[in-house]
Amino acid sequence: MENLNLVLPEIFISLSIMFLLVLGVFKKNSSKLIFNLSLFVILITTIITINETFSVSRITMFNESIIIDHMSSLMKIITLISAFLVLVISLSYLKVLKLFNIEYPILILSSVLGMMIMISSNDLIVFYMGLELQSLGLYVLATFNRDQLKSSEAGLKYFVLSALSSGLLLYGCSLIYGFSGSTNFDVISNQLSSNEYALTFGIVFILVGLAFKISAVPFHMWAPDVYEGSPTTVTLFFTMVPKIAALTVFIRFLYIPFINLLDQWQMIIVFLSIASMLFGAIAAIGQTNIKRLIAYSSIGHIGYTLAGLATGSNEGIQSSIIYISIYIVMNLALFSCLLMLKRKDQYYEDIDDLSGLSKNHPLLSLCLLVILFSLAGIPPLAGFFAKFYIFKSVLEQSMYFLAIVGLLSTVIAAFYYLRIIKVIYFDKEKEKYDSDQSLWLKFSLTTSTILILIYFIFPSQLIEVVSRINII
Amino acid sequence: MIDIGLGHYLTLSAIIFTIGIIGIFLNRKNIIVILMSIELILLAVNINLVSFSIFLDDLTGQVFTLFILTVAAAEAAIGLAIIVVYYRNAGTIRVEEINKLKG
Repeated sequence: MENLNLVLPEIFISLSIMFLLVLGVFKKNSSKLIFNLSLFVILITTIITINETFSVSRITMFNESIIIDHMSSLMKIITLISAFLVLVISLSYLKVLKLFNIEYPILILSSVLGMMIMISSNDLIVFYMGLELQSLGLYVLATFNRDQLKSSEAGLKYFVLSALSSGLLLYGCSLIYGFSGSTNFDVISNQLSSNEYALTFGIVFILVGLAFKISAVPFHMWAPDVYEGSPTTVTLFFTMVPKIAALTVFIRFLYIPFINLLDQWQMIIVFLSIASMLFGAIAAIGQTNIKRLIAYSSIGHIGYTLAGLATGSNEGIQSSIIYISIYIVMNLALFSCLLMLKRKDQYYEDIDDLSGLSKNHPLLSLCLLVILFSLAGIPPLAGFFAKFYIFKSVLEQSMYFLAIVGLLSTVIAAFYYLRIIKVIYFDKEKEKYDSDQSLWLKFSLTTSTILILIYFIFPSQLIEVVSRINII
Repeated sequence: MIDIGLGHYLTLSAIIFTIGIIGIFLNRKNIIVILMSIELILLAVNINLVSFSIFLDDLTGQVFTLFILTVAAAEAAIGLAIIVVYYRNAGTIRVEEINKLKG
């Protein structure tokens, strides 16, 4: 008999989703109740995950189709915490836009469940089911503001491209299954030998599918449109949470089944990384909409994360995980600022709307200054250390070209971050924004800004947790 | 009569898969056609999996196919719902006219 305690988080969250759905259908006007209960469910799931799985070093379950190890428990905890924060700070936004329905928290919960399954998958079938559970929730979330043309168009584009990428990924899975004879990651890694062309095909298809999911160049074209069109809180969810799950799956695929074919996929990942870093930096320069700019900047940041993966070493994986965690904190802070730009029940999202912000809102502008400097990678803020670890692990493998391109694109990217700071501090001021922000929004902005500021004093905590992850 | 082997099945599924991909990228008229193309891609994968499963003498492939079929149904349902929502807002589902979001 398996020890079911290890999958208790997944069991608990799926039962709660069904319960909340039924409750929401039968009880009238229960949006508030469902919302609070969902927050509670996420909290309890986080506690269960920490209690049951955090100290487990490596256990496989259900015919080795589910794996619980340090990476899966850490990534699940990050996913749950960021989903919690996304939910709490979206409350006021949803109320203003009259989107405060029971479906929103339930959809977020179900896609979080899909991500948790993806994160601990050790089998192609389980991985596919988790991926689809996550995407089905995300399609509907992107279309959530359904009376607005932009939002429905974003949902449509996301649906078509995501379904296409799932198809490519599945074709790759079928080839891998056919030529290795199994869907289990461990068995595949024993069967793979590098002289099979069909296997290389399978790997390429799977990598293309995964690159779509994390929006790496050249499979990024959906990201700016979807990020701009979706409601802002959904964009926040898109930029933070699915990336964690997709990165984990990326690491697992590359370093468990395909580790013997390192020579074949290393060049692909290096290419994806370089293209994403450069494209993200250059394409963001001309943008006027902040959400679109964030989309391009997230493409660039994914490039740095992939650079860590391309090294083929444990240090590379660990630095990628540190990078994505710090990136999530910075993104949360940036979106909290964006959600504060509200005037008479209307949200503003253009860079022009930020002009002269420092005169009316000195504190908010100071936070933005810290966040943007950190995103640009200026020491001693957290963003600098994230990049520093990546470049250190890349240089240790003597991949000098990748490191040089990465540094160059950091310089290019600094331009558009600094331009926003210039708009905030030196341009003509506009009307004041509302100052009665919700408590959670202020809380998340302050904590994440403080975390970014003081990371350099306590870097060892994060490193210690991450350094337990040994995949190879 | 020729013997139909694994290669024939794989070729068939590769052809169907390519038709599906081309259908998505070359289609300039209707979104429903894109939905059909996605369905074609998934069916090509199913053919692949079932034939591998037969030739490897292993049931996993067929189980995988059943999962894919159910997920494809759910995906088609959500896709159609999104198309209906889009049609209500835009009054058209022609692919060329889906261009409100451009940077």
